[in-house]
Amino acid sequence: MTPTISVRGLRKSYRDVHAVDGVNLTIDQGEVFALLGPNGAGKTTTVEILEGHRRRDAGEVAVLGDDPGTAGRVWRSRIGIVLQTATDAAELTVAETVRHFATYYPNPSNVDDVIDACGLTEKAGSRIRSLSGGQRRRLDVALGIVGNPELVFLDEPTTGFDPEARRQFWALVEKLAADGTTILLTTHYLDEAEALAGRLAVIARGRIVAEGKPSTLGGRASADAVVSWTDETGPHEVDTADPQRVIADLSARGVVMSGLRVSRPTLEEIYLDLIGDAA
Amino acid sequence: MTTVHMRQTSGALPSVLGVGLARGVIELKQFAREKEAVIFTFTFPALLLVLLGSIFSDAYGNTGVTASQVFAASMIAYGIMNTTFVTMGTGIATDREDGTLKRLHGAPVSATSYFVGKIVLITVVTVAEIVLMLAVGMLVFDMPLPSTGERWLTFAWLLVLSVVSCTLLGIAVSAMVKSVRSAGAVTTVPVVVLSFLSGVFMQPINELPDWMLKVSSAFPVKWIGQGFRSVFLPDSMTRWEAAAAWEPGMTALVIGAWCVIGLMLCLLTFRWTNRRDG
Repeated sequence: MTPTISVRGLRKSYRDVHAVDGVNLTIDQGEVFALLGPNGAGKTTTVEILEGHRRRDAGEVAVLGDDPGTAGRVWRSRIGIVLQTATDAAELTVAETVRHFATYYPNPSNVDDVIDACGLTEKAGSRIRSLSGGQRRRLDVALGIVGNPELVFLDEPTTGFDPEARRQFWALVEKLAADGTTILLTTHYLDEAEALAGRLAVIARGRIVAEGKPSTLGGRASADAVVSWTDETGPHEVDTADPQRVIADLSARGVVMSGLRVSRPTLEEIYLDLIGDAA
Repeated sequence: MTTVHMRQTSGALPSVLGVGLARGVIELKQFAREKEAVIFTFTFPALLLVLLGSIFSDAYGNTGVTASQVFAASMIAYGIMNTTFVTMGTGIATDREDGTLKRLHGAPVSATSYFVGKIVLITVVTVAEIVLMLAVGMLVFDMPLPSTGERWLTFAWLLVLSVVSCTLLGIAVSAMVKSVRSAGAVTTVPVVVLSFLSGVFMQPINELPDWMLKVSSAFPVKWIGQGFRSVFLPDSMTRWEAAAAWEPGMTALVIGAWCVIGLMLCLLTFRWTNRRDG
């Protein structure tokens, strides 16, 4: 099966800055893929090239089998782009706007269902200018998915959300993914990537520095574990590749331990390590 | 993956014209709901006409025409520039800044559909503007409607050429607007300045300094104002025109040339989004 997104050797420079410097990516149908990286790492440039909003300098790009740089209206009816900072249509109501956008597409979803899925039913009759920040972003999602897309781009969708709004948003993304929609998500929140993505890539300085499942990224599963405990002589900490043996030895020696813990590096530690190497 | 959502993929794309007309309806709703747009671009020309026409109301010799009536004819040009050039220039700058254009570019909406929507907006608002200006001219200043079919014909081609040229120039100027905050100034200042230079706010035009006439004759505003005077005022009023004649041929030529210039500028400068660094 041809992948939904296939990128080989993608490059884009702004004057002498290499914003994207040889990115390779393959994303299959139905995946939720997160592109993770600090500000200025090249996330947005990469995604905007895939969306057809920006031209690339070099590389092969195929999204749903077409080149986004030249693809037409049929292609655009198959993707959904969720904008991050739009403030358009302030004087229209939520329902008017979603209903209007549905008319652009050959097979739109039911407008009321989309409004409901985005948690905006109570606000359907309200002017968009009166929405809160979180509601506004959920409207952006509604406009991005009303065309029933096969692939959805979410570029830092929850920046500025309060924790409750983020949880609601995650639930919405999970619902989309459960419908088989392929999702490409960029974020600089690690918990977001870990909660939503089946696979993720870390981008830094325009390059992919690691790629994998959240649980195994950057050798997370095989990295040394830290065994820590407290006994009568005080707190202890041991770095080990084999925590089970350390614990077995301690037990065999009859050490009385309290607060025994085995921890692997968190995704955040791995991530900071990865972008630190690249910086 | 246990269930794969089945997508219907057989539907045909909606037509470019259909999407454009739907956008026109949305554009009109947005325009009508923005109080500033309605007050400043739509009713302001009529308000200004009432003021100027009430202050200057002397009769021109024994022609039976008052200065108020000359304003009523000339100021249609100002009304059209507001509903076309200013509305288009600020409208596209706003669409570019607030994400409208970016959103449409990411959806199956062609540039043609977007502009069909704008044309619907401009046409409806301009027709309403002219009706309002004519109503003020007729009811407040007793300006008679054109009496002959020939004059109505002039009215028709003049209106079409004026709307097309000013709309295209409005699209072109939107590319020069850096932000919405400056859009009002960038579009309004040339309109107001040219209206003074072109005998729309000052009359009679043949008493303006020579250099002003030379400058304004290169721009469409002078010819649009003169054209509407030729539609609504008697031929005896040509005495107070710059060339002592209505000059319909020259009027069509200059405004027509600006349509071509405007179109070329649009094709060279239109862009979907703000230029941003990555």
